[in-house]
Amino acid sequence: MSTPRTTNDGGGTDRPSPSSPPAATPKAKMSRRQKAKISRGIQYGLLVVIAVVVAFMADWSTLIDTFGRVDIAVGMFPDVVTQALKNTVVFTLLGFVLGLAIAIVLALMRLSSVGVYRWLAFIYIEFFRGLPALVVFLVMGFGLPLAFPGFQLPRLYIIMVALALVSSAYMAETIRAGIQAVPKGQVEAARSLGMSSSRAMFTIVLPQAMRIILPPLTNELILLTKDSSLAYILGSSVDGRELTALARAEIVNTANLTPFIVVALCYLIITIPLSYLSRVLERKYGSAESGVK
Amino acid sequence: MTDTTAAPDAAETPLISIRNLQKSFGSNQVLTDINLEVRKGEVVCVIGPSGSGKSTMLRCINVLETPSGGSIVVDGMDMTDLDLDIDAARTRIGMVFQSFNLFGHLTVRENLTVAQVKVLGRSKEEANRTAEANLAKVGLSEKIDAKPGSLSGGQQQRVAIARALSMDPDVMLFDEPTSALDPETVGDVLLVMRSLAEAGMTMVVVTHEMEFARQVADRVVFMDGGVVVEEGPAKEVIGSPKEERTQNFLARVLHPGQLG
Ligand SMILES: Nc1ncnc2c1ncn2[C@@H]1O[C@H](COP(=O)(O)OP(=O)(O)O)[C@@H](O)[C@H]1O
Ligand SMILES: [Mg+2]
Repeated sequence: MSTPRTTNDGGGTDRPSPSSPPAATPKAKMSRRQKAKISRGIQYGLLVVIAVVVAFMADWSTLIDTFGRVDIAVGMFPDVVTQALKNTVVFTLLGFVLGLAIAIVLALMRLSSVGVYRWLAFIYIEFFRGLPALVVFLVMGFGLPLAFPGFQLPRLYIIMVALALVSSAYMAETIRAGIQAVPKGQVEAARSLGMSSSRAMFTIVLPQAMRIILPPLTNELILLTKDSSLAYILGSSVDGRELTALARAEIVNTANLTPFIVVALCYLIITIPLSYLSRVLERKYGSAESGVK
Repeated sequence: MTDTTAAPDAAETPLISIRNLQKSFGSNQVLTDINLEVRKGEVVCVIGPSGSGKSTMLRCINVLETPSGGSIVVDGMDMTDLDLDIDAARTRIGMVFQSFNLFGHLTVRENLTVAQVKVLGRSKEEANRTAEANLAKVGLSEKIDAKPGSLSGGQQQRVAIARALSMDPDVMLFDEPTSALDPETVGDVLLVMRSLAEAGMTMVVVTHEMEFARQVADRVVFMDGGVVVEEGPAKEVIGSPKEERTQNFLARVLHPGQLG
């Protein structure tokens, strides 16, 4: 194992010294392919070793007993889908839509010619971008009702607003960057054709900004899906549980961790297609854009 | 509205009248005192060294830049009047930019129809007819469903001209329409502009194409340092300029390399 590594190091020190070509050239020619082969061999070897160690060290029956009880997993259906998964999706989408609306307004405020708007948006964005989502949920769920005794929103609204606050600041910056990436000439051409500045914004600028905005926005949707799990700290009735709240309840009920695995898979069912979508959008619009320019 | 149909007067009163136009960006005074009149059907070419304020002057006409002083009247509309419906006024002033500025997310057809429908309130059918007619004028009928990104620079600029024409403007402003083009596509664009001039369109053209100015322009305006230094018939200003600054500029542009 130590022999190939020293060969590698030797190759590495060769590279930054092109002053000695006669010695370096034949050596590099010989070892380029070999080095790659050896390096790959080491990596695979390491993997096998780790796999073997894990396989022997792990107490499989205990592991399966703790995380993989099929009867517990089966017992969670169909509620895990019809209630918990559905609630996670609903919370996320409501928060996302409200957050997006706030973000568009914030982005336009950031780009406004009125200084006060720019500052208000800037303060909002800096404030909520730096705040952990958990803190927002705690303040919305417990802080405000304590501070204002009359303040008692339905739980769904609290979740929706909390998720919107968490996501809007980041999305506002994404949208602003997207708008600013559209060349100024586009607005000038639109204005010269008689479009008002808001019509130019909505029919000419925003659709083009979407190419830049969409991939990171999809990413934000993934983050928000995970943030929606914080709704559990608000407590809920049985049919108001999202995935994480259900998992916690089931773990207590069954004294077993299998529900975690089931719920983890449910999150992946949402997030994997989204990250695939994000990659597709990035590829599609990334290439389309460079084609225009 | 009545002025446009009043034929006898139309020849007398200029379509564009610029008086004592001033423009500053912060402390940088770009236009000191511009006076210029353009009559209906006239083609005026504006020449001058880069940085002399040609674009700024042109962009003041449709108030893409807000003038700092003076007055601009286009077809009876006082463009500096804050009560003027500037969006409606701009529909009557077509503008062609150096960098084309076609809407990248729309097809050629949509580029030509979007403002007709959304600003002028034309029906889709009417907008389409106008678009097709104007696209034929610039010789690009077969590109109607193309995206701008797939067209050459010269083709994009011709589409941009057709887009401006589709609003049926009274006057067309061109800001160095061929400066960003490959040499081999310049001719097609100039040909379209020449036929537009021959059809009687009122045009103000900022350009470095001296041959085009000499042949097509009724009048040439030479600008330098934010003022109009010299203006007159194209053949006189380009052929035998009176002012020394004009002579120096033309010597540099027409015979590059002869002056060191
Ligand atoms: N938006 C702007 N902000 C600040 N300065 C500007 C702006 N537009 C033009 N200028 C300045 O005005 C001067 C004239 O520019 P311009 O009208 O583009 O000249 P030209 O078209 O004759 O080359 C230049 O010095 C330029 O730097
Ligand atoms: Mg210019």
